[in-house]
Amino acid sequence: MTPLTFTLRGIGLLGPGLASWAESRDILAGRRTLGAGPTALPAPLRLPSAERRRAGAAIKLALAVADQAVDQAGVDPRALATVFTASSGEGAICHALCDALARPDRLVSPTRFTNSVHNAAAGYWHISMANRAASTSLCALDGGFGAGLLEAATQVAVSGAPVLLVAADTPYPQPLHACRQLPDHFGLALVLAPSGTAGALAAVQLSFDDTTRGLPPTPAAGAALERLRASIPAAAGLTLLEAVARPARESRVLLDCPNGLRLCVDVLMELP
Amino acid sequence: MTPIAISRFTATTALGAGTAATLDAMRQQRSGLKRAHFLDADLPGWIGVVEGVDEVRLPAGLDAYDCRNNRLAWLGLQQDGLLDAVDSARRRWGATRIALILGTSTSGQLQTELAYRRRAADGSLPADFHYAQTQNTFSLAAFVAQALALRGPSWVVSTACSSSAKVFASASRLLATGLVDAALVGGVDSLCLTTLYGFNSLELLSPDICRPWDVRRHGLSLGEGAAFALLERDCAQPLGWLLGTGESSDGHHMSSPHPQGLGAVEAMRAALADAGLEPAAIDYINLHGTATPNNDSAEDCAVQAVFGSATPCSSTKGATGHTLGAAGAVEAAISLLALRHGLMPAGLNSPTPDPALKTNYLRHNQAAPLRTVLSNSFGFGGSNASLVFGACR
Repeated sequence: MTPLTFTLRGIGLLGPGLASWAESRDILAGRRTLGAGPTALPAPLRLPSAERRRAGAAIKLALAVADQAVDQAGVDPRALATVFTASSGEGAICHALCDALARPDRLVSPTRFTNSVHNAAAGYWHISMANRAASTSLCALDGGFGAGLLEAATQVAVSGAPVLLVAADTPYPQPLHACRQLPDHFGLALVLAPSGTAGALAAVQLSFDDTTRGLPPTPAAGAALERLRASIPAAAGLTLLEAVARPARESRVLLDCPNGLRLCVDVLMELP
Repeated sequence: MTPIAISRFTATTALGAGTAATLDAMRQQRSGLKRAHFLDADLPGWIGVVEGVDEVRLPAGLDAYDCRNNRLAWLGLQQDGLLDAVDSARRRWGATRIALILGTSTSGQLQTELAYRRRAADGSLPADFHYAQTQNTFSLAAFVAQALALRGPSWVVSTACSSSAKVFASASRLLATGLVDAALVGGVDSLCLTTLYGFNSLELLSPDICRPWDVRRHGLSLGEGAAFALLERDCAQPLGWLLGTGESSDGHHMSSPHPQGLGAVEAMRAALADAGLEPAAIDYINLHGTATPNNDSAEDCAVQAVFGSATPCSSTKGATGHTLGAAGAVEAAISLLALRHGLMPAGLNSPTPDPALKTNYLRHNQAAPLRTVLSNSFGFGGSNASLVFGACR
């Protein structure tokens, strides 16, 4: 298999103790420890006021990391294709709909129903700037970051244009939380661009085969980061960010994909 | 794109299980919609229920995946020799070299709705509720991967009603980049109370049978379906070809299309460009055609902008109902049947043309040798996908 190659142009990051890529770089490089405190979700200021009121945690989270990544990449977000990956939709909406449908009157809120689609965050992002480029929203449960990276990388390879990847997970309220326990909100966004693009943070090669099937994915170097990586699907990308933040010339990480498949990701800091 | 061979395809909807039943209904211009109730839903209207889903038993060892959506998936997978074709592909290419990309909008949501009715006094869900295997959007592909022993790249596309059209685009990219040699794509969506009461809350559910392109259209009729296609790098006797895919966003509104269908125009033009075809080379268009007043008028504008008003077109949702996340794959199968049998299917339940709609909408079956068909699928969030299929490459 010829590996897929692309470059990273921008990174967005939001999680417990992680406010942005810039503010988290020392933590990812092992120079500072991860602080305590829950994920702080900023208001989605890019949305018009009506949409801002309707936006739940999943939309706020996805838009926050998407904004960070496109700002750093310096690309025009209005024409940028997007891939959104999430292990679930808006958990609070799923709960509210199932709760309403278990009651005798079954009064369903039209806004909640509209925002229950898995591609709600993508829809709001594209509406916020009248972006008519292609957008995919996918789910691969615990292998969702790897699956999203694969979809985004094949898009870059086929289109020759940059793609925004947004991985974002939010916890469910009870009683679903007892069946699917995510400790907090976590979002990670990347702007992928074709190889040879100026101003890239790193070059990446991506491949898979049977030799790595079922192997444990590469753990994060920092213990606190590893706890996050192992407990939230979108945080699977932390090992990729560590590779970018640490001053090695070249590093390899294995990322989880569904059905035992592992993505072999080589991060090259000296751009070819 | 390089054309991709379709070695097998199948569809199971209210028209019946498999392509023979589907083709028979198309030839007879028969609708599968009935004035029926689903569970204890108390809503007016017609729905497209797949017969026999309740009786389906999943393969041994996969009990945790048991829910209406996966039962419908398993019923659909057993039609048209698809399982044998997947076996042959697995032996030929290897399980890791076959992608599994499926679409759904609600997955096993019904299972969660029913579990909420059985909450304990402390609000907890019953112990027999399996979140990952039923409620989660990925549960469909997780089940199919287990049942068919597929081990390549896999995910579920969930972009509302364009989901299982977009799986063809994702699979075509995995093939184009050489990461896989084959892909099983498809879509499964099953009836649940969330979509019935949800579309009703938006006043998009028709109290009458759905009437796409008709002056008296008042909304959609929901259906359910499972449809699959096996795409291969090459094959001895392809049943048809995927010639091009096009994807776009409206960037306009979460639940209403752009009034002039600007996003739809971009998806259709992208699909034509991907196929290397001019608009005049398309022989028939299978419309999204949900029968809501706004959707049909926006799509009519968009089709006119790309094709003019001569290309024959119809919506088959009057026959199947709107199968939501399965609609793209269901209508891909109908498009392939149209190509193989030279049959442009009538749009049903729509005797009175809306004078405001100018496209060449077929109200009766029309026989003609077909070389190319374009199929549209549009969804909430402004997600658009168009696919071009060909009788030959």
